[in-house]
Amino acid sequence: MLSRFPRLAAVLAGAALLSFAPPGGPIAAVNDAALMAERAPRDFADYGLFLDAAMTQPAGRVVKYDLNSALFSDYADKARYIYVPEGKTISYTEEGVLDIPVGSAIVKHFGFTRADGSIDMIETRLLIHQADGWTALPYVWDANDTKAMLKKAGARVDVEGRNAKGVPLALGWRVPNVNQCKGCHSVDGEMMPIGPKARNLSGDVHGTNDLQILAGAGLLTGMPDDPAHMPNWEDETVPVDRRARAYLDVNCGHCHNPAGPASNSGLFLGWDAETGPQIGIGKGPVAAGRGSGGRMVSIDPGNPDGSILLYRVESTEPGVMMPELARTQRHDEAAALLRAWIADMEM
Amino acid sequence: MIKSLTLTAALLLSASPALARTIHVTAEGDAYENIQMALIEAEEGDTVHLAAGTYNLMDGLSLDVDEVTVRGDGPDRTVLTFKDQSGAGEGLLITSDGVLVTGLAVEDTKGDGIKAKGVDRFTVDNVRVEWTNGPDPENGAYGLYPVESTNILIQNSEVIACSDAGVYVGQSDNIVVRGNRVSYNVAGIEIENSTNADVYDNLAWQNTGGVLVFDLPNLPKMGGHSTRIFDNVIVNNNTPNFASIGNIVQELPVGTGMIIMANRNVHVFDNFFDGNDSAQVMVISYTRPFEDENYNPLPRDVVVRDNVYGTGGSDPSFPGGKELAAAFGGAIPPILLDGADTYEVGGETRSEPVRIVFDAPGITMGIDRAGQDRMTGTIAPAVSYDGEIPEPSPVVLPANQPGMDDRPTQIAAAD
Repeated sequence: MLSRFPRLAAVLAGAALLSFAPPGGPIAAVNDAALMAERAPRDFADYGLFLDAAMTQPAGRVVKYDLNSALFSDYADKARYIYVPEGKTISYTEEGVLDIPVGSAIVKHFGFTRADGSIDMIETRLLIHQADGWTALPYVWDANDTKAMLKKAGARVDVEGRNAKGVPLALGWRVPNVNQCKGCHSVDGEMMPIGPKARNLSGDVHGTNDLQILAGAGLLTGMPDDPAHMPNWEDETVPVDRRARAYLDVNCGHCHNPAGPASNSGLFLGWDAETGPQIGIGKGPVAAGRGSGGRMVSIDPGNPDGSILLYRVESTEPGVMMPELARTQRHDEAAALLRAWIADMEM
Repeated sequence: MIKSLTLTAALLLSASPALARTIHVTAEGDAYENIQMALIEAEEGDTVHLAAGTYNLMDGLSLDVDEVTVRGDGPDRTVLTFKDQSGAGEGLLITSDGVLVTGLAVEDTKGDGIKAKGVDRFTVDNVRVEWTNGPDPENGAYGLYPVESTNILIQNSEVIACSDAGVYVGQSDNIVVRGNRVSYNVAGIEIENSTNADVYDNLAWQNTGGVLVFDLPNLPKMGGHSTRIFDNVIVNNNTPNFASIGNIVQELPVGTGMIIMANRNVHVFDNFFDGNDSAQVMVISYTRPFEDENYNPLPRDVVVRDNVYGTGGSDPSFPGGKELAAAFGGAIPPILLDGADTYEVGGETRSEPVRIVFDAPGITMGIDRAGQDRMTGTIAPAVSYDGEIPEPSPVVLPANQPGMDDRPTQIAAAD
């Protein structure tokens, strides 16, 4: 979503220019051995996924991409990259996550632009497709943003962020531990990426869609002329119902689906879930406890204040708020959208 | 060549239990990082030993490695407190098979206490989960909470002051819940949307309701059946209901011994019921509207026999209950049915024989249809079904169920 944060994008580009440039000759290759190693390197730089210390200049076959709709992470700015080794390609799949070959890696930087325009890097999460499945590794940047080091147990970092209106936020940022990564990145108990689905990459974000960028870089094959598409939830030209469902898909659907960590709730919020009780309409809570907020059903059409879903989206209280992880702030813009969506729903 | 390499790997793997380690953890320093790193770095067969002490945890813990034991020095000595928790939906989340949790306490979590999801062979032994402030709607929902799992053993444990159910087993199969003490919860023990459960030797007292066997609609696993509830002491479950509105247990009448709702083949025998002011045993249908065509809201094939009943049913808290008690000489008889044998779904009316067997005095509220207002029925003495309903076989857990023969052994602090 970096394109929606032009300041961050500009600064990242500037940082890249200023950074140490590798000596002439071919661009350094990614360290495949490090990616496939059983014991992960402690220093993120050892993967060779970037050419510069600020990790903004991708190495060969590392391609930056954006998502049509992105997960909310306390208003943090993110930059995403995918690496596919030489000789391999991603196969297009219409449903679910693209078929990304063994040896590939997905990088996600998290940070905030400071008032002076510089970037406060918080963490970089790495997903590696190893021979026996996907592995998630959290790397935490030091105070001066010179190095990102592995923190398997996660960390709590004090971060000065700011919300969409530019209001400063003092965040107790929680870097997830490797198990918490799986708390969201899980399909039938196996670790999986979430974001790179065809429908969430086919947006017109840079004047061309990200599937075309990946295909153009030789990383993706089998892309149809008319790929699956899910809108940007912020796009006000899209009907509210589709925007709300896109937001729920990326923020809730990774757990709330029949093979996900919240399967037992029977509440399914993926893009493909049929409307009705399974998306919460008229559905009573199962294991919500005080998370019900005294409301009877997840979605009460026409009555946002009688809907548990909205109560939990609006809450910032542990044990009540949804998602359970990776959020301490209320996402006001999304809460407003969901409120409007439920209010307009016919009874 | 590749074959022989694979064989070597297999041999190495099979030999690994011999190399099982004990990872020792103390409460000194960063308690969260100490425990969480041990849970991440543990390998199959390892024990994570949490030495006596109070561990202040700011975040939820999780375990995702198979065949790991998490062992404290006893529920009064190894205490995990989550008073200051600021993240995660539970205190300890387990997503791996063959895990044993024993000898520790989990206190004051913001959400559930110990949750196991989608696992096989999960054992909790000699554990305490408690909200130390007592009954409060702000307390977490479930204490010990296995869900979508198989082969579950919960024993010798104690759960106090959950805002929903103390021991809650949901959407699971092959379950043993025995020798536990549950008190001051809204529901003491609840078996929900599950199959093949034995619940015995438990003491459920001072909850709002003692033991529940439910089946609810709109869930991936429905059609709960084959539960045996026996040799339990279910007494004085008269704590005011403090569940949040919206949750099904919020409708639980204060003073309930046990409720069987919308489930099949449930056998309740050799228990002691006493001092439950609303009713000792209720057998009822699910009352809320539903659209799920695969759901059956009626209780069917229920046997309630050979229980011992003390006083009870003398101060019912449900609508019309007090009049009912007065009409029956001051107390509702031990068995209370709602009488429904039909239900409606998708515009269709379905009817079936519900077959309820009992050997103690009972009355029926005399409604016809699940969801019908129970005040509109014709109250009458209930008549037991005159036939046999075969009892489910005892639940057998696998030989490698963790902690089966393992009485809680305390590790010396110096170990």
